[in-house]
Amino acid sequence: MAKRIEVSDLNIYYDKFLAVQGVSMTIEPRAVTALIGPSGCGKSTFLRSLNRMHELVPKARVEGKIAMDGQDLYGPNVDPVVVRRHIGMVFQRPNPFPTMSIYDNVAAGLRLNATRMKRAELDDLVERALRAANLWQEVSDRLNKPGSGLSGGQQQRLCIARAIAVQPDVLLMDEPCSALDPISTQKIEDLINELKTEYTIVIVTHNMQQAARVSDTTGFFNLKGVGEAGQLVELDETTKIFSTPTNQATEDYISGRFG
Amino acid sequence: MHTPIPSTSVDTELEVQLFGQPLTHGTLPRWAPFATLAAAIVVGIVLDDIGLAIGVAAVAAVAFYAATIYLWSRTVEGHRKAKDRVLTTVVTSAFLLALLPLVSMVITVVQNGIQRLDTEFLSFSMRSIVGEGGGAYHAILGTLIITGLAALISVPIGMLCAIYLVEYGGGKLAKAITFFVDVMTGIPSIVAGLFAYALFALLFGPGVRMGIMGAIALSVLMIPIVVRSTEEMLKLVPNELREAAYALAVPKWRMITKVVLPTALAGIATGVTLAIARIIGETAPLLITVGITTGVNMNPFDGRMSALPVFSYYEYIRTGIHTAASQDRAWTAALILIIIVMLLNLAARLISRLFAPKTRA
Ligand SMILES: Nc1ncnc2c1ncn2[C@@H]1O[C@H](COP(=O)(O)OP(=O)(O)OP(=O)(O)O)[C@@H](O)[C@H]1O
Ligand SMILES: [Mg+2]
Repeated sequence: MAKRIEVSDLNIYYDKFLAVQGVSMTIEPRAVTALIGPSGCGKSTFLRSLNRMHELVPKARVEGKIAMDGQDLYGPNVDPVVVRRHIGMVFQRPNPFPTMSIYDNVAAGLRLNATRMKRAELDDLVERALRAANLWQEVSDRLNKPGSGLSGGQQQRLCIARAIAVQPDVLLMDEPCSALDPISTQKIEDLINELKTEYTIVIVTHNMQQAARVSDTTGFFNLKGVGEAGQLVELDETTKIFSTPTNQATEDYISGRFG
Repeated sequence: MHTPIPSTSVDTELEVQLFGQPLTHGTLPRWAPFATLAAAIVVGIVLDDIGLAIGVAAVAAVAFYAATIYLWSRTVEGHRKAKDRVLTTVVTSAFLLALLPLVSMVITVVQNGIQRLDTEFLSFSMRSIVGEGGGAYHAILGTLIITGLAALISVPIGMLCAIYLVEYGGGKLAKAITFFVDVMTGIPSIVAGLFAYALFALLFGPGVRMGIMGAIALSVLMIPIVVRSTEEMLKLVPNELREAAYALAVPKWRMITKVVLPTALAGIATGVTLAIARIIGETAPLLITVGITTGVNMNPFDGRMSALPVFSYYEYIRTGIHTAASQDRAWTAALILIIIVMLLNLAARLISRLFAPKTRA
């Protein structure tokens, strides 16, 4: 399951605009890596380049190397669809498919990939995904109701269930709690803690306490300067980043002196 | 800063502190607009009686209403409310004005067409009918067949075209297609008819008449409408859903067929139904491609057929001793056409309600 991702000298472009420059880092398996940094410094861009979602933007491209357990994700014959089968993603805003029921939303990844499966097997998978996302108890009696009828926090957990139902190796989360109340946030943080035993998790967050609570490693992104590219300033164990960061900018950011 | 004006009421004092002016102001009684309207109607009737044309009298009455309600409201409610009332008047009159031709047309067609809206009209053709009697059975069938074929041709082409434009396009080809679709939207319908006629004349020789020719002529008119409406609906599908599908490792074509199209289905179906309603009344292109017959012809690949608009037109221009009977048939055919269009619109509503993404549990 969980896989290690090695990024080396990664430059990420939107057409001619260099958004992220020179990122090298290792993302450890069975651990949570948090990415923090001021708005616009390229955290989402970096995250999306990890599962080749970045290239969906017209003219967007990537230089450098990303390897998952030694396999180059941007190699010449690599199919981005297969990459995304290994690396799932949860977005900032919950986005369940509006035409599908709760059940179908969770089963979507399998169904849309035309994975042939017996009904009982699928039922089982859906239940496991919903249980893993801590949503089963709330929705088990209305699996056939539309997914968009749930509350925001429930919808987000539904999206997490949908992402883990296809059993990826890596789970990317872009500010998964930014639209949620503290209780839903708490539930999702607990969930992340449980999931990290099986998955490699990368989470982008603006919430310093959240990064400190859920992550093992924290990376701080910052802009080189106004209008310039974002870069990875510091990457270290979370406890170290939040107690004795080596970089002055990191210290300023986490202590709230800028950002 | 505003200096607080001493006041007896605490509320007003607070309001004055907060906003510099009180939150409340006078309001016209609820019957005020109705009273003014009654007065305006009286004014209109009087003006009409003293010899002014009815249109002029109506305009004068509206102007009287607007002026009265403005002045009245201004003295009581202040100038912002007064402006609001005048604008309401303008908007409402514009709406009524737009409705006028529609209502008058429906009333006329119903009045003239209702007598012959009987079972005979719905079940008999015009074969060997000279005077009274007869019906539009063959024309109703013809209209349904030809329009159905046109939809069968236009809907797949139009939808695929729109899918290309929204999901794959972006380059020069997409720009060119958009341009030509826009041009096609403006083609006069007779030109579409001439195009279909010329095409088939090349293949089968001059003088050819077939139902399918009419369907193709109508398709030329319908495709751009389908492209446009489908395109708008596809654009409304949030990009987040596409990304969600991609993130689940769904290939693009499946993402389109399983996520984008179902989400947009209600809108697309409505658009298609309205496009059909738009072309079903076309006369000119059918006149030169399909012609007219008196009997039933259900084969769109063989010879002339009848369609309701052409039927109506021919009955209307017919001369001789039985003009009254044929005029009646013309009106009834028009009425049936309106009823079909109305049913199509109802169907569109039903479809959009059935297929719309459900949000509430
Ligand atoms: N689709 C796009 N096209 C062009 N430029 C983009 C696009 N998306 C993002 N950018 C630019 O890339 C840079 C990084 O953006 P990104 O969204 O990765 O920031 P972020 O760190 O995620 O910010 P936030 O914390 O606000 O989400 C910004 O300068 C942004 O303007
Ligand atoms: Mg972001």
